[in-house]
Amino acid sequence: MSADEPVLMQGNEAMARGLVEHGCVVAASYPGTPASEILSAVDAWRKQEGVAMHVEWAVNEKVAFEIAYAASQTGLRAATAMKQVGLNVASDPLMSAAYLGTIGGFVIISADDPGPHSSQTEQDSRLMAMQAKLPILDPASPAEARELVGCAFALSEAFELPVMLRPTTRVCHACQDITPAPVNTLERKADFHKDPQRWAATPKFRYELHRALNHKLSQIAAYAPTAPRCLNPTTQSSRAVVASGVAAAHALELITTMGLQEEFVFYQVVQPYPLHSDFMAEIRSSYDDVLILEETAAVIEMQLCDYRTVRGRLSGDLPDAGELLPEIIERILYRFIGQPVPEPVGTTAAGGRRPTLCPGCPHRASFYAIKKAAPRGLYPSDIGCYTLGSNLGAVDTVLCMGAAIGQAAGFYQAYRVTGQQRDIVATIGDSTFFHAGIPPLIDAVVQGARFVLVILDNSTTAMTGNQPTPAHGTPDGTAVDIASIVTGCGVSFCKNGDPLELPAFTDLMREALAFSRDHGIAVVIAQSPCLVDKSVRHARRPQAQITPAACTGCRHCTTQFECPALVYDETSNKVTVDSMLCSGCGVCRTVCPVQAIGQKEQP
Amino acid sequence: MTSQQLIISGVGGQGILFITRLLAETAIAKGLPVLTSETHGMAQRGGIVISHLKIGDFASPLIRPGQADGLIALSTSNVALHRSFLRTDGWIAANSAQPLCLAEPPQVITIDADQIARNMDNPQAVNLIVLGKALASSRLFCTVDEMMAVISRHLSGRPAQLAGALAAVTAA
Repeated sequence: MSADEPVLMQGNEAMARGLVEHGCVVAASYPGTPASEILSAVDAWRKQEGVAMHVEWAVNEKVAFEIAYAASQTGLRAATAMKQVGLNVASDPLMSAAYLGTIGGFVIISADDPGPHSSQTEQDSRLMAMQAKLPILDPASPAEARELVGCAFALSEAFELPVMLRPTTRVCHACQDITPAPVNTLERKADFHKDPQRWAATPKFRYELHRALNHKLSQIAAYAPTAPRCLNPTTQSSRAVVASGVAAAHALELITTMGLQEEFVFYQVVQPYPLHSDFMAEIRSSYDDVLILEETAAVIEMQLCDYRTVRGRLSGDLPDAGELLPEIIERILYRFIGQPVPEPVGTTAAGGRRPTLCPGCPHRASFYAIKKAAPRGLYPSDIGCYTLGSNLGAVDTVLCMGAAIGQAAGFYQAYRVTGQQRDIVATIGDSTFFHAGIPPLIDAVVQGARFVLVILDNSTTAMTGNQPTPAHGTPDGTAVDIASIVTGCGVSFCKNGDPLELPAFTDLMREALAFSRDHGIAVVIAQSPCLVDKSVRHARRPQAQITPAACTGCRHCTTQFECPALVYDETSNKVTVDSMLCSGCGVCRTVCPVQAIGQKEQP
Repeated sequence: MTSQQLIISGVGGQGILFITRLLAETAIAKGLPVLTSETHGMAQRGGIVISHLKIGDFASPLIRPGQADGLIALSTSNVALHRSFLRTDGWIAANSAQPLCLAEPPQVITIDADQIARNMDNPQAVNLIVLGKALASSRLFCTVDEMMAVISRHLSGRPAQLAGALAAVTAA
């Protein structure tokens, strides 16, 4: 690659490039949409540039944070990347690290998901920055995200503070032509200076550290490189529009295409917290009508806190939930300048296919067996592809990472204490089990809870793009075995099964249920590799074939098994196999109540 | 400057991200600025997947309804879902076994990419077959040859895949 030629970079790749270009040495992450590609891109740039780095998929976001933070305590530049709900998991070290500060530059990338497209919440990481009292930068595009990574490292080292970078889905998963810059390896050596009053501060010193943090924030509110940018400085108006993040990009394009350059002064805020004090003074003194465009909370609006002139989410001028799409901003801008709002040209039609487990996915077989063995069971589940088991009626709850096990124990205790017993079958993926499933399993064992836990072990972190799990090990480390953890937690029933061998697996589920009713927790590890995992070789298997004369059109296979490769044909009233989709897993042969499904002779 | 706004849509697993990336890289090869917006995460599991692709002088990665020049639909059902993104003079290139009868816009080209992919024994090639049909209609910002050059660079070192990809793009 020539250094001065643009290449197509996804926002996540661009941030990764920024990290490597600016001498980041340690990077740790746990995958989560929309942040998942950041770490793998860091690793790809590291290899391509031949620089020495420690890049790791950590077991969860809290551990990732601590790995990277410690590196910054030794003076190296370090970064951690996660999705916004991942930052909830890492919030304990986040709040404390704000007081203690850093030595080497430390960048925390927390990707938000307005919409939400692939998340439990629409929470705003900028509010988390306010809560932690840390500066946060809000890029509008992949190119700007890369630029702000460099800015964040400089800011972090200037004030010895962690700095947050908050891209949203439309930055992470946008692609843009970006010209890579040369990599600046800083050639620093890890050098931790012992200072227990700072690094192990007791509450008395924490008070002093809090005051010092407040002082730093007041200085950061005057830090020139991250000051708001006026994008039409020649315009004279008593009106202003202030935007941050991708909303600023949408607004900028709309201002150009709608010809609104002279209607108001337009500012882009790149550091929504702390908001620059001179800028706040100017907004309050120079304008009598100010519109704030930001996702998803009112972070800028709250800091400006002059509700006579400032409008935004709190005033009801912006919707209070959902993504700020350009067509929504267009209508808000027309209203703001007092022009009639044009009729919408048409909205995206609702409908279409809902997401579903892939054809041949082993989770589908696991859920089918669970329903067969415990038809009146309670099914707490967790975060991952298998959330889609809700289509099969085999997922009753999805709360947060690891909650399937905590909720299973909670359901058991709630029924027990009121004199009842229910079959409870919890499902959790292998990566999610490592991430947050172990403490609740220990708790459940200690408290005598009784339920079946099915660990859906497809040997990968599938939903986010097939990242490795601790069961894979690393070149320098040792693989960690799920069954050893389960038995180490004190579970006496722990058996493996292959869900694609459906009858035997269903029998195993029945055995586990019988154990759980009288004895305690039974763990079934459902082992079968993910079909979209490209790191695993998948043999071509003979596809399913329907015997039309035998098919009664009962739709059991399409409603209770819900494989996308099985299609009910309304004209013949029979089921057909979509040969574009069928993976040949063969499970549907045992699902069909009238044995109408066989298999083709050749794979 | 050349300016084109395209919606590429289909269902998860059809390779929408791949052809979006090929188009974006072809734009860069022609010296044009490009912005795209992709769908990742749960929707990729068989749900509706949509890419926005903007070539030229743009700041936002998203296309507003009524602004797209073209819609490349890898699945027939996506035409109804996403045609509202099109300008009144926009065009559609769709994977469909039957010709589509739409009142407007007038410019609809269809290709039975599922059948062609089956005949080629390459069910993963639907995306490139539809892309090839759109390229052949001369409505895209780039030519078939420019696209083939990008594909060749992308799949260099994987000759079997490259041959399959080039056959798919020229199948129409």
